[in-house]
Amino acid sequence: MKSTVKDVGDVRVISLDGKITIGAGDVQMRSLVESALADGRTKILLDLKDVTHIDSSGIGEMVGCYTTVARRGGAMKLLNLPPKINDILQVTQLITVFDVFDNEAEALASFPR
Amino acid sequence: MALQSRYENIELAEHLLGEVGRDCDVDEETLYWIGMALREALANAIKHGNKLSAAKRVFVEIEAAPQDRVTIAVEDEGEGFDPSRLEDPTSPQNLLRSSGRGVFYMKSFMDEVRFLPGERGGTRIELVKRLAAGRV
Repeated sequence: MKSTVKDVGDVRVISLDGKITIGAGDVQMRSLVESALADGRTKILLDLKDVTHIDSSGIGEMVGCYTTVARRGGAMKLLNLPPKINDILQVTQLITVFDVFDNEAEALASFPR
Repeated sequence: MALQSRYENIELAEHLLGEVGRDCDVDEETLYWIGMALREALANAIKHGNKLSAAKRVFVEIEAAPQDRVTIAVEDEGEGFDPSRLEDPTSPQNLLRSSGRGVFYMKSFMDEVRFLPGERGGTRIELVKRLAAGRV
C-alpha cells in the first residue's frame, strides 16, 4: 500500500492507495494514524479513493484507529469510498459508525473548529 | 498448493484463483468477492491455525466448474477451531471491536462456508460460490 499525507489547517489528510490487508496495509494505516496523533493532530481524514481491498484485519485496524482517535478527543472521518469498500462497510454495518464524505472541502469543514 | 505460513503468500493464492477463474470465464466482480473470502480463509489459517509458525503449512485447493461453481478448500496444521464460539460482529456491542470479522466476511461473500476437522489435525474451511448460471 502507498500513502500520502498532507495537513490542511489542523486536519491531517491521509490518502491511501492499494490494499489495506493483513500484515501490510493494516499495520501501515495504524502507523500513519499514530504518527498523526504523535504530531498533535487529532482531526484525521482518511481518503480511500485508491484503496482496492480492505480485509477484516484492515477493517479492524480502521475501527481501532477510530476509537483511539476518539479517546484522544479527536475525530477520524472517511473520504471518497470506492464502491467495493462502501459495500464492505455496509455489510459490516460500520457505515453507521463512520462519518463518510465524497467531497474533501465538505469533509474538512465538518470538523469542529 | 502448499504454502508456508506467511501473509505474503495470500497474494499467491489470490493470483492462482484469478488464473483458475478466468480460465472458466468467471466474471471479475464475482472473482473479487471470492478472492476476499479466500484471503480471509488464508489469514485465518496462517494466524489463528498455524500461529505464523514457519514449520507449518497451509494447503489450498481451488476448483472452478464453468457456469456452475467455484470451490475452495483451505486447511491448516493448527489445533482445530470451534466456529460456534464466534459472536456476531454486527451486533451493537461488537461493532467497535477490532477483530472477529473474518468468518463473517467469508459467509457474506460466499454461498456456502463449512468448517471441518482437517486430515492433519487442524481446520479445513470449504467455501463454495455458485455462479450465476449455476444458481438455483
